[in-house]
Amino acid sequence: MSTAALTGATLFKDLRLEWRSKDAINSMLFFALLVVVIFSFSFDPTAEESRQIAGGLIWVAFLFAAIVALNQTWARELRNQVLDAYRVSPAPANALFLAKAFGNFLFVAVLECLMTPLFIVFYNLRALGPVWQLPIVAALGTWALVVNGTFFAAMSLRTRSREIMLPLILFPISIPALLGMVEATTSILTGEYSAKFWIVLLAAYDLVFTIASLLLFEPVLHAE
Amino acid sequence: MTYLYAAYAATWIIHIAYLSTLALRYKRLRDQVRELKAHSDE
Amino acid sequence: MKRAFPILAILTAILLSYALYSALVVAPREQTMGDVQRIFYYHVPSAWTAFILFFINFGASVYYLIRRSTKADVIALVTAEVGVVFCTVVLVTGPIWAKPVWGIWWTWDLRLTLTLVLWLIYVSYLMLRRFSTSGQTPLIAAVLAVFGALDVPLVYFSIWFFRTQHPQPVIGGGGSIDPRMLHVLLLNWLAFSCFAALVCWSRYRLEMLHREVDEAQAMEALLQPSFVTGRNSVAVSQDKLRSTESAQ
Repeated sequence: MSTAALTGATLFKDLRLEWRSKDAINSMLFFALLVVVIFSFSFDPTAEESRQIAGGLIWVAFLFAAIVALNQTWARELRNQVLDAYRVSPAPANALFLAKAFGNFLFVAVLECLMTPLFIVFYNLRALGPVWQLPIVAALGTWALVVNGTFFAAMSLRTRSREIMLPLILFPISIPALLGMVEATTSILTGEYSAKFWIVLLAAYDLVFTIASLLLFEPVLHAE
Repeated sequence: MTYLYAAYAATWIIHIAYLSTLALRYKRLRDQVRELKAHSDE
Repeated sequence: MKRAFPILAILTAILLSYALYSALVVAPREQTMGDVQRIFYYHVPSAWTAFILFFINFGASVYYLIRRSTKADVIALVTAEVGVVFCTVVLVTGPIWAKPVWGIWWTWDLRLTLTLVLWLIYVSYLMLRRFSTSGQTPLIAAVLAVFGALDVPLVYFSIWFFRTQHPQPVIGGGGSIDPRMLHVLLLNWLAFSCFAALVCWSRYRLEMLHREVDEAQAMEALLQPSFVTGRNSVAVSQDKLRSTESAQ
């Protein structure tokens, strides 16, 4: 089976499982909603201020919600020794990684699509800059979080306090991506600056870490 | 200036604190080695 | 090798004392900032030393990924730890310098923010090493170190552009430096580098000893006599092997 076919098969399996239980999506949605509401109480911005801070708020909410999805990425595989089955099979490790990463990307993307209208309503947002750039920023930013998150989730499998270990090692390395996402979104919302540099930075970040993850996943998968 | 001395003191406090943890670990290891030697002699 | 250590320690102590004296007395008094500026002679060499140590960590981690050498793994661990110590010094002396001179404890400028992010990355590396229950901790840690090192240029550019868009006071500004000050700065850098090398060497020996002791304790546990048979587990398994062979 080719890598692409294998990736597709694993991805559809995960999506089917998720569609039946809707575990991850439900908990992510509710968590993101809670974060939005709590931030609203903490900041209570005026319409003018909201455009300045909304970028940051949105991405922090998505980041925390993504952690929920990422933490359960490999949990299902550990039960019933599915992960061990993968390791002994001749299937290329990258197929598994890409399937997991794409799966997470789709979960977080769905979350973003559902949460964005809510944000627009809660903060009375209206973008003053080029709106068409927003989906690009969202896609690049989400992939940045998800590619490293899926990889680090695999690395933190064999640690005590697995669930807290993931954000501990993910957040510092994600700082440039987070800065990029937040600044790009704020630039587009306020229309004051061009988001071009940040989009290029996000693209560079995605490229570097996708290649690094693909190169280094196999030894990590086989680490016991 | 107090800030100057505070900075220099802080630097050395941090370094000495780290070296103390090293010394403590070294002492603990020495005790373990002694224990191992005693066990193998029995 | 081991006998050289006390001699080198004394030499380093002398060098550090002389460097301190130079910083406090020999170096000329700065015009605008006054004596507080002398913190510079501790702050900057610590930063350079920390960066060099982190760079060595990157090299050792890459080497480990290629060769799986234990020595490389220990060097990676040691340089990360000592690097974090020096980085902490930078992050503490920075604000202490900033407050009297610029009136603020902290600013999210390029240098300070980059140092903080580096500190966060390597502390997370050390936490991964501490919390890992895997038998292949060195491998996983090496991978994280590589990711962290790849991240550094991205961090640099992102903060640089962020600060270009939203300018803020820059602590420790640029500008040319008086040659006498440069001389004292380099002297302190040399002294701290020797100090760092010695600390790394001590930590290295400590770690090697720690691993030997762990191995010895594991062997001891294997050779412990069992309660039931009165014989140790190695002997028990040898018995089992003999009995299965004779049964066939």
